[in-house]
Amino acid sequence: MANLAIVTSASIQHGAGGVLALAARAVTKRFPGVIANDQVNFDLARGEVHTLLGENGAGKSTLASVLCGLYRPEAGQVVRDGKEVRLNSPRDGLAHGIAMVHQHFRLVDRFTVAENVVLGHKSLSFVLATAEIEAKVAAITEEFGLPLDPRAVVGELSAGERQRVEIVKALYQGAEILLLDEPTALLAPPEVEKLFLTVRAMTHVGKSVVFVSHKLGEVVDISDRITVMRGGKVTGSVRRGEADVRRLAELMVGREINIVSRRAKSPVGEVLLSVSQVHLERDGAAMLTDINLEVRGGEIVGVAGVAGNGQRDLAEVIAGLCAPQQGNVTVCGTPTAGRGAGGARRAGLAYVPEDRLGTGLAPSMSIRDNLVLTRVRDFLVDRKSALLEAETFIKQLEIKTPGPLTPTRKLSGGNAQKVLLAREIFAVSGARVLVVCSPTRGLDVGAVETVHALLDEARDAGKAILLVSEDLDEVMTLADRVLVLYRGRITLEQTGLDTNVDRVGQAMAGITT
Amino acid sequence: MNSNIWLLTFADAISIATTLILASLGAIITERSGVINLGVEGMLLMGAVTGFIVADGTGNLWLALFAAVVVGVVLSAIHAALTVGLRANQIVSGLAMVIFGTGLSQFIGKPIEGDPLPVIIRPLELGWLSDLPFVGPVVFGHDVFTYLTWVAAGGASFYMHRTRPGLLLRATGDAPATVDAQGGSVAHIRWVHTMVGGALMTLAGAWYMFARAAAWNQAATTNGIGWIALALVVFASWRPLRAIGGAVLFGFSLQVPFTLQAQQISVLPPTIVAMFPYLITLAVLVLLSTPRARRLLGAPKMLGQPFVRDER
Repeated sequence: MANLAIVTSASIQHGAGGVLALAARAVTKRFPGVIANDQVNFDLARGEVHTLLGENGAGKSTLASVLCGLYRPEAGQVVRDGKEVRLNSPRDGLAHGIAMVHQHFRLVDRFTVAENVVLGHKSLSFVLATAEIEAKVAAITEEFGLPLDPRAVVGELSAGERQRVEIVKALYQGAEILLLDEPTALLAPPEVEKLFLTVRAMTHVGKSVVFVSHKLGEVVDISDRITVMRGGKVTGSVRRGEADVRRLAELMVGREINIVSRRAKSPVGEVLLSVSQVHLERDGAAMLTDINLEVRGGEIVGVAGVAGNGQRDLAEVIAGLCAPQQGNVTVCGTPTAGRGAGGARRAGLAYVPEDRLGTGLAPSMSIRDNLVLTRVRDFLVDRKSALLEAETFIKQLEIKTPGPLTPTRKLSGGNAQKVLLAREIFAVSGARVLVVCSPTRGLDVGAVETVHALLDEARDAGKAILLVSEDLDEVMTLADRVLVLYRGRITLEQTGLDTNVDRVGQAMAGITT
Repeated sequence: MNSNIWLLTFADAISIATTLILASLGAIITERSGVINLGVEGMLLMGAVTGFIVADGTGNLWLALFAAVVVGVVLSAIHAALTVGLRANQIVSGLAMVIFGTGLSQFIGKPIEGDPLPVIIRPLELGWLSDLPFVGPVVFGHDVFTYLTWVAAGGASFYMHRTRPGLLLRATGDAPATVDAQGGSVAHIRWVHTMVGGALMTLAGAWYMFARAAAWNQAATTNGIGWIALALVVFASWRPLRAIGGAVLFGFSLQVPFTLQAQQISVLPPTIVAMFPYLITLAVLVLLSTPRARRLLGAPKMLGQPFVRDER
């Protein structure tokens, strides 16, 4: 550990002293309707970890894409080792030792690790020297602490392991500068630790890393420097040691954020959603066992748990997407178990699934059309009023989009979620029960706040809300009551005010006292 | 006597398998790049008729086979232009290729219908090898193309699994976006392999003409073997070497009805028995249509999907 500290302080001196590995000079990049990068300056020293921090849509991924050659800027230069370079494609970037690991991996699932690593590598012989390649891959995984079996099939690897494959691929191709786009988004905490060790091993041998992230907490640990972007511009830059989380948050959001707990204000009403003795099996394995819960109007009940403990099954049973083998679900007094999603909706249920773009919204349809998609009674669509309604939502919820006819797939995660919530909370007129799954996963600080405010508003309007989330902080912030799911059973129930975070955490880990 | 006819059945099965292997190799190479060419039957017919006409005119077998290959490249280039270039529906284009190939071969083959073959591909004389009991006639009683086809299947397998372009080929069928991001050209890879595949399909048709058919007769020449070759691709789970075994099996099932008839064994009417290979083909093709089955069998993930770069 002490060793590492020395390494990083040395690299700061590099940063100040001046062996610049890579720099962007007044880079401007436009997309239809937005200036994603507006005269952005950025530099990276040899052996440095420089983080680009910002909300979704701040322009940090765009800048990284310019630096690796994926996008060509309209104005400005990319400077590598003091010389201006023209990067017309990621291949050009690679030729200059610059590689980017994208948030969505570009791997062939059916190939082995080694095959993926060498795919597209130009200097490869016609006949593959498999043993040689595997040995080289193994050497890289060893040197940089990226445990991987070169012969493993990528389709069978976890998200963290796939990311390692991407990093090995970049290193194999001789990358000196690695741009990591939201690298921790898909990782479990221990995997994040491993990734950080790898990053340090890389800077130790003089490679540089650009870390693109919106997660404030974790970047402070790893970064030598943090540059904050907002709205396509750089709003500030701090060195290691000067980083103060509150200050960084302000730079990111542009205003002070107050993290407050939100609790029910209105007296709790009648039971609108009840689940009793639900038992669900899939392929012979019990997913949910003896689930009983009630949600009343005007309250949020949070379901906490580590991913894969039955949260999704619970949400799908309530939403009517799968029928339980036993038990009842009642929405506003109507039994809905086994009546399908349509039955649940007609009874008064609104549902915000975890997969917001694939399941929640129709990606290629416009915002307007998505907003009227779940009306169960109308036959004809009144396009004029739908358009008006869409415009109102866009204004009220500050949805960043060129207009109501933009396809939802073009929206950022936060904006897509706002559209989905607007539909499920306001546009579905009769719904009094709302099931929400991981509503803020992958969203930036500002969007998280908006989503929480929306849920709070829906609660005040008397809706019964079931919030299923793996983010314990979110559950603790919003819920009036907390349930913990562990291996398909509810192992703990606490009311919000008396909630003991430690006990909830222990219950999530399977420890009950 | 009795054992003799079964010997012949095995030998014939292996012989017919040559066409099946060649055609399904063509289909495997095409499909591994993510392009499905359903036009195999039409391609076989075009290969057969082209070979016949050129051989009739020149008397040269090699020229005839070369002409068939050229026709295969041209026809599959049309398929590639439609599906890779213009991103048309591959199923529709493939079916159009069947109708086009069938119709055109019938049209240009009209004058030569019923004519005797100008050249014939004859089995090799392998000396004492051919005289071995059982193995002799069954394994060593074939023409040079049968053996070359086996070598070709091995070569295709090596190419796909052990070489750099083969790696790119497989990646293009599975994850074209990944290949694109690496700087590879998805369109180029798909064009090339569709054309190579097409060449193998017409070559299969021409060989069948000269080695197995008695005369050009559009309705009877290929007899739906092109469809069987397509089913064989699935049966072989897109692996060239597995296609050999599958082809022999299908070849056997094609040959059995004749043998049964000759032996006057009538468990079932021979017409019903003759339907079996086609029923199996139908079943396999239906199976192929469900996404789950395709994944389990190892179909290229993006088979039939035009590639469009995802741009912001």
